[in-house]
Amino acid sequence: MSNKAAIELKNITKTFGSVVANKDVSLTVNRGEILSILGENGSGKTTLMNMISGIYFPDSGQIYIDGEPVLIRSPKDAFDYKIGMIHQHFKLVDVFSATENIILGLKSKEKFSIKEAAKKVAEISNKYGFEIDPAKKIYEMSVSEKQTVEIIKVLYRGADILILDEPTAVLTPQETQKLFSVLRRMRDDGKAIIIITHKLHEVLSLSDRVAVLRKGEYIGTVETAATNESELTEMMVGKKISLNIERSEPKNVADRLVVNGLDCINRDGVKVLDDVSFTARSGEILGIAGIAGSGQRELLEAIAGLQKVDSGEIYYNNPKTKATDNLRDKTPMQIRELGVRLSFVPEDRLGMGLVGDMDIVDNMMLRSYRKGKSMFLERKAPKDLAMRIIEDLEVVTPNENTPVRRLSGGNVQKVLVGREIAASPTVLMAAYPVRGLDINSSYTIYNLLNNQKEKGVAVIFVGEDLDVLIELCDRILVIGGGRVTGIVDGRTASKEEIGLLMTKSAKGEGDE
Amino acid sequence: MLAFLISAIRLGMTFLFGCTGEIITEKSGHLNLGIPGVMCVGASCGCYAEYIYLDMAKRNADPFLAVFIPIVATIVGGALMGLVYSFLTVTLRANQNVTGLALTTFGVGVSDFMIAKTGPIYSKGTKYFTAPLPFAEETGWFGEIFLSHGVLIYLAIIIAFVASFVLTKTKVGLNLRSVGENPATADAAGINVSLYRYLATCIGCGIAGLGGLSFVMDYLHGNWEYCIDAIGWLAIALVIFTVWKPNLAIIGSIVFGGLYIASSYITGVSFANKEIFKMLPYVVTIVVLVITSIRDKKENQPPQSLGLSYFREER
Repeated sequence: MSNKAAIELKNITKTFGSVVANKDVSLTVNRGEILSILGENGSGKTTLMNMISGIYFPDSGQIYIDGEPVLIRSPKDAFDYKIGMIHQHFKLVDVFSATENIILGLKSKEKFSIKEAAKKVAEISNKYGFEIDPAKKIYEMSVSEKQTVEIIKVLYRGADILILDEPTAVLTPQETQKLFSVLRRMRDDGKAIIIITHKLHEVLSLSDRVAVLRKGEYIGTVETAATNESELTEMMVGKKISLNIERSEPKNVADRLVVNGLDCINRDGVKVLDDVSFTARSGEILGIAGIAGSGQRELLEAIAGLQKVDSGEIYYNNPKTKATDNLRDKTPMQIRELGVRLSFVPEDRLGMGLVGDMDIVDNMMLRSYRKGKSMFLERKAPKDLAMRIIEDLEVVTPNENTPVRRLSGGNVQKVLVGREIAASPTVLMAAYPVRGLDINSSYTIYNLLNNQKEKGVAVIFVGEDLDVLIELCDRILVIGGGRVTGIVDGRTASKEEIGLLMTKSAKGEGDE
Repeated sequence: MLAFLISAIRLGMTFLFGCTGEIITEKSGHLNLGIPGVMCVGASCGCYAEYIYLDMAKRNADPFLAVFIPIVATIVGGALMGLVYSFLTVTLRANQNVTGLALTTFGVGVSDFMIAKTGPIYSKGTKYFTAPLPFAEETGWFGEIFLSHGVLIYLAIIIAFVASFVLTKTKVGLNLRSVGENPATADAAGINVSLYRYLATCIGCGIAGLGGLSFVMDYLHGNWEYCIDAIGWLAIALVIFTVWKPNLAIIGSIVFGGLYIASSYITGVSFANKEIFKMLPYVVTIVVLVITSIRDKKENQPPQSLGLSYFREER
């Protein structure tokens, strides 16, 4: 073992009940190096990192820091070993200012002074090139600002081993580039950096070495310079898969949904949708790109009848009756009764899509219970549907009576998308359907959406990964601060072009 | 008018104890609905300690000890209730609402038992609690108006100011607030969430218990004949009224005290209508709740994880 290794894991194993999250994992990170940890969802990346940062305690195995065996029993221990973790879900107190969050829990002998702390925060910001207002409250911040606070927080504590859990999932391409340049500066400063991600191109552009996990097991570490996307995918999934989305030419294109001048003001009096107009066509996938919280959610909810609209129209051209209906101000039930079929895969899967404590069959029934004729529930059809989805979409579950809460994120998503598609919709809306899914499941979902498109469904897809949007969608609507800032062709648009449109009018409003 | 004001303040201070205690508790994320019970138990412990002390000391009771001993007994009694609450909700992760309501039922029972067992025998000790401060007479009219009240009134105000300072200006306060807002964040920042919750709840309950003692010994002059859980519910309502700020609670408690007794100072109010007047503090609380919910700053909302248990390895 070289004395350069900042942190070394040897034979780490962790189980949750009967589930093995990490099995016999060994890896090393050196100072002045960026190591990527790559793996599908549920491969144990986050669990492994949580053991380094003291959130979980390993069942067996040993962690070494600078060659010394150590026990990390709590986050506090991790700080003492100068380990800092930036979590995927930010650990910040909303009503505190940036500085208050940064100094939280610190034990220093100096006198408690917000002013002094703010000064030190500014120093760190200058050193690495962050832009931050130390007095700003967290709830007023954008996602990327919050992330900056998280990073400064660990640097303030003097961390020299940094762990970032999917840091780019919520950033625009421009913000991502900025983050990467900061990370490179830290690496050159001699810090050891571990970054968890499942975006392959980021791995290749940023890291020095890549460690791959698969189903909790350590597969191997490779030098980034000596590898490529398909090799990494193979290591991750265990078999060769093609990463191409087959985009067919749209057929039988007809205007299905025409949105005209939609305005929407939320309960805080903020205009979340401002004069939004667009057309969704059958046999086509319309992508919606934008920074998180720019009004995507409100737009989809307005169409689905879940959000009150202040002005504008939503016209639906019914392919069967050839009639045109205005969906505005109608309840979800009325929209159904009109013969309009909207399948809505909401952002918050377990909140709005499925009931976590109910099993797969019961969740199928949420869509169909009104079809029953007697006063008793009819369980046969939903059960068949559940079985079909489990089989077709390869849902990993003990059986169809398992509460969906127990399934992993990807499998929950498959159940939800499967159910919505089974209703054979004419308009399918999906918000972030691949959020948090591994590559394999993601491509399953993309293929499902493509199948729907070929069947003549108008698909609306809200995504965050611009590479995917460009590959999958026929047209991409870019939304910024509740306003449509552009509609581009998916075949010709570039990532930078979309990124610019996203930030065009996102100033000030639109932050959640 | 002055009599009304003084009466409002004396009643208000009993609320203030409960309110300050509950604010400290809630800032740690514990919605303690056991406060009425805590106040009952606190009052029972304090009164009984006073009864025993005066019985032992006979005629030559020391005025300082006659106040000090019941106060300590009350704090210990209240803190023990807090300990039970914390053990159930933190260590055993029981539901906070159920635990709190159980403690209220228990506390009311304890005080009812006390009253039934010993009868209203506490009037002997009340003179020590309503005695003016020792240096009041020397300062003339100033002392008569401001310094001639029972010691607990001053204690309530001091505790509220100290609590306010600790919560907003010190590191301990920052840490405590973070535990109530987002325990996972606090935990990841190296703060001992369980310890903070235990301590905040026990200290808060100790303070709240003093409210019960103050009510019986000061406001009721020791004539404890009925259940006093109403002041506990008012204290909890007061927490919302003062948007979780102990310094605002000083004014808020006097307002509540005034509203609660207003009927006695307005002539020609029938017995039934008096009860309507006693409802006013709750009506005011609902109005405040409506106003803060409709449109207000995030700082004036309850601690974000109020009422939620925290377990680190939960996924």
